[in-house]
Amino acid sequence: MEYILIIVSAIFVNNILLAQFLGICPFLGVSNKLSTATGMSGAVCFVITLATVVTYLLNQYLLVPFGLDKFMQTIVFILVIAALVQMVEIVLKKISPSLYQALGIFLPLITTNCAVLGVAITVVTKEFSFGGSAPHLMNLGEATVYAFATSLGYGLAMILFAGLREHLAGNDVPKLFKGLPIALVTVSIMAMAFLGFSGMV
Amino acid sequence: MASKLSIITNGIIKNNPTFVLVLGMCPTLATTTSAMNGLEMGLATMFVLILSNIFISLIAPVVPDKVHIPVYIVVIATFVTLLQLLMQAFVPDVYATLGLFIPLIVVNCIVLGRAEAFANKNTVLDSLLDGIGVGIGFTLSLTVLGIVREILGSGSIFGWKFIAGDGILAFVMAPGAFLVLGYLMALFNKFFKK
Amino acid sequence: MALCLTAVCLVCSALLGATYAVTAEPIAEASRKALVEAISQVLPEGGEISEANTVEFGGQKYEYYTQSIDGQTSAWAVKSTTSGFGGPLTVLVGVGTDGSVYSTKVLSHTETPGLGAKCQTDEGFLGQFRGLDPSVKILKVTKDGGNIDAITASTITSRAYTLAVSNAVEVAKTLKPENKEE
Repeated sequence: MEYILIIVSAIFVNNILLAQFLGICPFLGVSNKLSTATGMSGAVCFVITLATVVTYLLNQYLLVPFGLDKFMQTIVFILVIAALVQMVEIVLKKISPSLYQALGIFLPLITTNCAVLGVAITVVTKEFSFGGSAPHLMNLGEATVYAFATSLGYGLAMILFAGLREHLAGNDVPKLFKGLPIALVTVSIMAMAFLGFSGMV
Repeated sequence: MASKLSIITNGIIKNNPTFVLVLGMCPTLATTTSAMNGLEMGLATMFVLILSNIFISLIAPVVPDKVHIPVYIVVIATFVTLLQLLMQAFVPDVYATLGLFIPLIVVNCIVLGRAEAFANKNTVLDSLLDGIGVGIGFTLSLTVLGIVREILGSGSIFGWKFIAGDGILAFVMAPGAFLVLGYLMALFNKFFKK
Repeated sequence: MALCLTAVCLVCSALLGATYAVTAEPIAEASRKALVEAISQVLPEGGEISEANTVEFGGQKYEYYTQSIDGQTSAWAVKSTTSGFGGPLTVLVGVGTDGSVYSTKVLSHTETPGLGAKCQTDEGFLGQFRGLDPSVKILKVTKDGGNIDAITASTITSRAYTLAVSNAVEVAKTLKPENKEE
């Protein structure tokens, strides 16, 4: 039951893009086309889940026992994420060159996608309470589910937005609003729709 | 001298990190619920930006090309953690308000972006000035966004309340952040992009 | 190449280790100060505040501080967490040995700005808990048949806040006042 609450909460209620404002740069950058948005979401999904598990374990078994978590957390986490992204890049280059080409410069930029580091830091520092359970730090299982669900929420918002933006491209938008301004106004309306989920969990 | 000054003004208008380069959107949207929060976040980022710019312009000549990104990230992460520790020690209230977005300065594209695009091929002084310029540009944008959201959302400026009761709450919440940024960007286009 | 990266990492870690060593004391001091200030706001003036203790109640651990005047327990400050609208809501509740609430204060929250977040400042809401006697008033919001008026448009936050206070009162009931003179 708790896992279901975590999933609903992470995808809809506290959507990482529309409610927590993490990972906005690539969200605005690659959402011009549905196909690139889908690819990016997949890559982010994979990296977030993997990075959260790895950093969670590192934090639990290396940083905390040696009392390093207070001042080495940020450095260790970002380096692990950078290494993982490199790995995903190499793998993607091998198995799907077309996707690799489409994502272009945004793949290395997953390193600086704050959603990845944000989720990794959140699961080891913030206390959660789902469905009235006593607030606690997440265990590995919950952290993994939370990371995966959060990245699904990222994908959902990203793909919905890319769909809207493709339609927007053919519309007659006032000159000053062309491009990003109208996109931001669109996201605003989406965020308002997602506010409807708040309080559900 | 004029060229030195233009490095600073470039960062504020021509290369404004928020409205022109569209970098560092996450803290821009998340922490600007009030003018003060926006200002504090901007200053925190400026601190890291200036230090990392100086340091990277110093070490750039000796860092091998292949590992320059990891090295830069380590340098930036160091300054961010430094900032984190200092803030926890001396301004714990501010640290509590900005929360997660302080460690996330590490992945703020502005910092790494300036390291890559400017600091690693310019002198220490120029990099310092660039850090100041871009830092001011970022701080100004965040403060303006914060001011607009605070006026509309809470009916106050820098905590000074000028209407009784509540403002339009949506502006303090997520939708307002995107909406105000969209409109400010359109305004910026009108006045500065010909 | 690898050498360079290692060197940079070493220098940076050393720098951070040093900074941490220097700032550790001020950080601890700052958080202690914040806590002492919070405690002094929810308890009557005077007396001595003990170190933190924990007690288990209803499967949840509660941290509490004992205030004593001349070696005699006069009140407790209980840290009580429930789940609010946006996530955990932690309230520090001052409870006298007679079981009445002295005052309350939010320690941390994730409520909606402008709505639930008002639980930190809304006098009309917070004032209800000041000097409240749980044997006279029911610690539930009016919607649930209690005597606490909820913050407008923030019933869930008000409910969570009230539950936190009520839990703290229950916790305090299980604590035994110390009397060193006997």
